[in-house]
Amino acid sequence: MTRELFLELFTGLLREMIRIRRFEEKCVELYSATKIRGFLHLCIGEEAVAVGVVGALSEDDAVVSTYREHGHALARGVPMPSIMAEMFGKATGCSGGRGGSMHLFDASRRFYGGNAIVAGGMPVAVGLALADHLSDDRAVTVCLFGDGAFAEGEFHESANLAALWNLPVLFCCENNRYAMGTALAREHASTDLAMRAAAYGMVAWTVDGMDVIAVREATDRALEYVRDSGKPCFLELRTYRFRAHSMYDPDRYRDKSEIATWKKSDPIPALEAKLVSDGLMTPAEVERWRAGVEAEVDAEIAAAVESADAAPLEPVEDLLRHVTTEAADGVALLAGGRST
Amino acid sequence: MALEKVTLGKSITNGLRKAMEADPKVVLIGEDIGKLGGVFRITEGLQKDFGEERVIDSPLAESGIVGTAVGMALRGYRPVCEIQFDGFVYPAFDQIVSQVAKMRARSLGALKIPMVIRIPFGGGIGSPEHHSESPEAYFAHTAGLRVVACSNPEDAHWMIRQAVACDDPVIFFEPKRRYHDRAEYDTAAASAPRGLFEANVIRQGTDVTLVGYGPVVKTMIESAAAAEAEGTSIEVIDLRSLSPLPIDTIVSSVRKTGRLVVVHEASSFLGMASEISAQVTEQCFYELEAPVIRVGGANIPYPPSRMEEEFLPDLDRILDGVDRALAY
Ligand SMILES: Cc1ncc(C[n+]2csc(CCOP(=O)(O)OP(=O)(O)O)c2C)c(N)n1
Ligand SMILES: [Mg+2]
Repeated sequence: MTRELFLELFTGLLREMIRIRRFEEKCVELYSATKIRGFLHLCIGEEAVAVGVVGALSEDDAVVSTYREHGHALARGVPMPSIMAEMFGKATGCSGGRGGSMHLFDASRRFYGGNAIVAGGMPVAVGLALADHLSDDRAVTVCLFGDGAFAEGEFHESANLAALWNLPVLFCCENNRYAMGTALAREHASTDLAMRAAAYGMVAWTVDGMDVIAVREATDRALEYVRDSGKPCFLELRTYRFRAHSMYDPDRYRDKSEIATWKKSDPIPALEAKLVSDGLMTPAEVERWRAGVEAEVDAEIAAAVESADAAPLEPVEDLLRHVTTEAADGVALLAGGRST
Repeated sequence: MALEKVTLGKSITNGLRKAMEADPKVVLIGEDIGKLGGVFRITEGLQKDFGEERVIDSPLAESGIVGTAVGMALRGYRPVCEIQFDGFVYPAFDQIVSQVAKMRARSLGALKIPMVIRIPFGGGIGSPEHHSESPEAYFAHTAGLRVVACSNPEDAHWMIRQAVACDDPVIFFEPKRRYHDRAEYDTAAASAPRGLFEANVIRQGTDVTLVGYGPVVKTMIESAAAAEAEGTSIEVIDLRSLSPLPIDTIVSSVRKTGRLVVVHEASSFLGMASEISAQVTEQCFYELEAPVIRVGGANIPYPPSRMEEEFLPDLDRILDGVDRALAY
């Protein structure tokens, strides 16, 4: 790759991480101002995973995510105004305001949702991949989940099915070392998650999830492998959340010093430093570039907040809609029943 | 006597503590219940006092938690499982319906399954779907399970102790939006004010009977007070036990008032109110002055928090139900 291409790739990754970080920092403010209600799980510290994994996908690929999915959705190209409106519970949100922070959903971008049920999306990801497999589609389904989800039965069933049936699923375990207040070693007898995934008959390896370039490279390789072989693959992305589990969590189960240590490998300054050490930018250029990006991103966020604020709520009567199909009578006729 | 003002949440904590002190076979198991004290802090301090072997932190594995508890119960323990939120019980649904509920029958009564599954339920705290659900009817529908719901601090304290002492599996519903409600009661009383499976007539009345359980009981009491000001006398019954159903208490009340309104947050479609309505109609057909009225949630996924007030039975909707019953 030429210098320009490197510069473009690296600054592209960096820009998206900054965009996600600043979006979420704004969400914290909006939560305190009660504009956003309910639950709010931030991925601050884990942006390299969102950007490195989701940014590597093609439009045809599918994403199945978790409740910690703002970064995944943004990196997937779900428009920020529709995400912000969803956070506000407004009708213009990507889930019509019904889902909120944990249930961002955009079928048109094959973003099959955040999911408040830990591990709940995993068998669904396997099914999406089975459909692609049966219709000779080359799409890959990326299934993102946490280290906590790895303990649920649904993970183990899904891993076995995907491997047994040779399905194009890329399992991406965002191992941030905690499931709520439970540390990794208190949730798993064997904490080498990649090794355990490999036992299901999948290619699996561990990636430095704080290094966006490493994540991107690993994802590119994994996607190529899945597309070529049609088989599943598993990446354990070792990362860390800088913030509490959710806005309700007093975060008393880990040492402040542990957080401080991990913050030293914050993916954003790490990539900025790399731009300099690789001779792609001078420190002064990084500063200037960053200020420009922040101004752009802040303007995008401000516009999203403004439109979310102005957007209407879904009318109460409409809540009855979309629960089941409105063409149910037609189905009854097909089944030989009578429409009334 | 030790009159104390205690919250509903702390009453459960204290009840669990008493149960653990009384019987070393009582163990707690759940996600983040030890070190963290549970998301609602109901088990706060218990691991510190009783140790990690009696307050067991589990990984994310609801089916594993409940199934493990069955095994322990079979060997003489009295496990109390915590499910973090109503909507997270479904990964354990298979264990509950297929194992917990059927072990005793399968052993022709030779085995008992003295376990409790605690589930915070209902809405009203600004949480989205999966965190505001009322799944009680699924469990009440399943033979072999006992299903109860507490509504106030004193009951919460005693009912959790009675549930732990019960030799059958008990699904124990806690009204999460009432966790911080306080009430004064004698925390040193030697015995429970009433049995676990009995309904409680909270307020006498002559015109309409109002039945509900869990979080709506407080709303029913407020409704009755408001109706009294307008000259309507409402009898309020806290059901407390969903299975077995204390139908006799309801029937004798309806024989007096001739009208029944049943309230719950769960969808009215095939909810507890449907069963109560059927049984009351069978037993009180000639005494009823009006059809049994159900006031419940709509048959939709739990709505976003900004609209939950529209979904939850509030004072207006309950009194509207009362008016409809009186209009006959
Ligand atoms: C089935 C189920 N059980 C419990 C919960 C409550 N809960 C929400 S997030 C969480 C921790 C999940 O940890 P992990 O999978 O590591 O993801 P992370 O939050 O670290 O991103 C728990 C216990 C839930 N949402 N769903
Ligand atoms: Mg985690």
